[in-house]
Amino acid sequence: MNPVNYLYLAALLFTIGATGVLIRRNAIVLFMCVELMLNACNLAFVAFSRMHGNLDGQIIAFFTMVVAAAEVVVGLAIIVSLFRSRHSASVDDASLMKL
Amino acid sequence: MENLIALLVAAPLLGAAVLLCGGRRLDRVGHLLGTLLSAASFVIGVLLFTDMLGKSADDRTFTQHLFSWIPVEGFQADVSFQLDQLSMTFVLLISGVGTLIHIYSIGYMEHDERRRRFFGYLNLFLAAMLLLVLADNYLLLYVGWEGVGLASYLLIGFWQHKPSAATAAKKAFLVNRVGDMGLSIAIMLMFTTFGTFAFAPVLKAAEEHQGGGATLTGIALMLLLAACGKSAQVPLQSWLGDAMEGPTPVSALIHAATMVTAGVYLIVRSGAVFNASPDAQLVVVIVGSVTLLFGAIVGCAKDDIKKALAGSTMSQIGYMVLAAGLGPIGYVFAIMHLVTHGFFKAGLFLGAGSVMHGMNDEVDMRKYGALRKYMPVTFVTFGLGYLAIIGFPGLSGFFSKDKIIEAAFAKGGTEGWILGSVALLGAAITAYYMTRVMIMTFFGEKRWQPDAEGHEPHPHESPKSMTIPMIVLAFGSVFAGGFFSIGDRFLHWLEPVTEHSHGNAPISATTVTAATMVVLVIGVVLAYLQYGRRPVPVAAPRGSLLTRAARRDLLQDDFNHVVLVRGGEHLTRSLVYVDHTLVDGVVNGTAASVGGLSGRLRKLQNGYARSYAVSMFGGAALIVAATLLMRAV
Repeated sequence: MNPVNYLYLAALLFTIGATGVLIRRNAIVLFMCVELMLNACNLAFVAFSRMHGNLDGQIIAFFTMVVAAAEVVVGLAIIVSLFRSRHSASVDDASLMKL
Repeated sequence: MENLIALLVAAPLLGAAVLLCGGRRLDRVGHLLGTLLSAASFVIGVLLFTDMLGKSADDRTFTQHLFSWIPVEGFQADVSFQLDQLSMTFVLLISGVGTLIHIYSIGYMEHDERRRRFFGYLNLFLAAMLLLVLADNYLLLYVGWEGVGLASYLLIGFWQHKPSAATAAKKAFLVNRVGDMGLSIAIMLMFTTFGTFAFAPVLKAAEEHQGGGATLTGIALMLLLAACGKSAQVPLQSWLGDAMEGPTPVSALIHAATMVTAGVYLIVRSGAVFNASPDAQLVVVIVGSVTLLFGAIVGCAKDDIKKALAGSTMSQIGYMVLAAGLGPIGYVFAIMHLVTHGFFKAGLFLGAGSVMHGMNDEVDMRKYGALRKYMPVTFVTFGLGYLAIIGFPGLSGFFSKDKIIEAAFAKGGTEGWILGSVALLGAAITAYYMTRVMIMTFFGEKRWQPDAEGHEPHPHESPKSMTIPMIVLAFGSVFAGGFFSIGDRFLHWLEPVTEHSHGNAPISATTVTAATMVVLVIGVVLAYLQYGRRPVPVAAPRGSLLTRAARRDLLQDDFNHVVLVRGGEHLTRSLVYVDHTLVDGVVNGTAASVGGLSGRLRKLQNGYARSYAVSMFGGAALIVAATLLMRAV
């Protein structure tokens, strides 16, 4: 199969994720959309790796997964404590960091 | 022998250090120590003088290199001394008259509890003044120049509990500062033009007209500005009258005999620079002749005996500056008049001090009168000084002033006639005001009255320590001029340093002398008619417009106030206005616009995570678009 098709899929997934981040309010959904974007990138990396015939992209994909896992740990902890204090998972409620 | 030169300066400097740092335990011997060290300087000066006389005229320049002061690549400032005939003349005058005045001050300051400090300052002055005349470069001269300015300030304000004395000291210091600026600019110009500021190379370069006429004129004019400040010449003359607030020995030593003549020394020493610039010389003679008349007119109207003498000092230094501006025709006579003036003016001031000493410090001549019976020694010595200054035939002033008048005529052309006439007119006014001082003080009826506390003054002769210096100075006033003039001794002595030319006199020397005698008699007779024939009113009459102006020093302070003080105030006010509107406007405007802009930008930071995400995506999209665009191009 033509690896370019994987790139189209990655772009599609990234767009869906980005749109989700911009329009959804629920922190969990937001989080999932971020994951979607990360995985879209991973897909693109792997596809490029295949296209160019070397392993660089695949190795970077592993790094991305590690970073994503770490991010999930920290992010979920923040969302849980936010929910505990505000009884809401809406990101618009947590808007006190402004002048 | 040459190694003694540094001791000339070191002796009084040591005295100043010991007396000023020694504290009260020296109170009882301070005056003796100061006098002794001053006398030591004089003795060393005499030793060097006899040594110098033993050498041939070309071999009489002694030098002593002490140490390198600022040795930098391309900039060599040395502390080294040069003793030639010109410096020698000054050394003897300064240390000689200085020692006499130290002796006089022992008596005069006897009842002052700060006498030790006074002698410390006097020694400091001597050290600085000797440094000034012994330096072999302009930078070291500048050190001495500032030193005498400092000593003058300290001594004018010696009785600083009197507000008038404190103000006078500040005034003298400030006005002198203007002149000092001139000297420092002159030194900088010399350094940039010639690459050095030692006398010998600078004067040699000036003789060869290096650096162009305009630069040389600039250096000469800056030197003249310095001379005007130190020597109280128009337009920087206003401090000298007020400087009389200091103790009288100070007025005699610093503000009559030595320091105020430093300007003349500077001009004569820098003769080659002035010779190379006729324009600057013209300015010098104009300054000299204007001051000559200015001081004389002021001297005519003052009732304060010291201020009358101060006007006279200004006028006599005007003569010297005039002579110095004539170039090689006049240099020798400027210095000769300087020396004779040193004798008779110091004598006159000491006489005035003696009168004040006997009259409860009264200075108003309208309250003197008939003192010749009470103070015979003062009367005779003052009288001899008086005859010397008006140029009575045979006395010092006759020889030196006559020579200056001759030299002024010998300048040639219309300029010569004008300068000669001004000098003659000055001689007439000198005779007038000095006769006035003489008559009001020593002749007529006694006019003194009890002072505010009811103390009747008891005029009495001053103690020996005061009269002996006066007698010595009177001898100088009588014989110095004749001694110098017989066989043109002084001329031959100074000629190797200053050069001399005779000029072309349009009228013979005899005619000039006769004319001088005529104006002298006119001046004396006028003063006699006005003050000798009629009783002198105790309260000053209102007087003519000129008299009233002259009493106010010909409005010099008013002029300074209107032009400089008011002008300065207007200038600062307009500068403050510009600062407030323009400078502050730009600064505040920038700050306000940055503040406003950041206020707008702040709105972007609204706390919504998703809005941040939009700006991130927008930014990323922009970067991608820009990259693609750049690739396409």
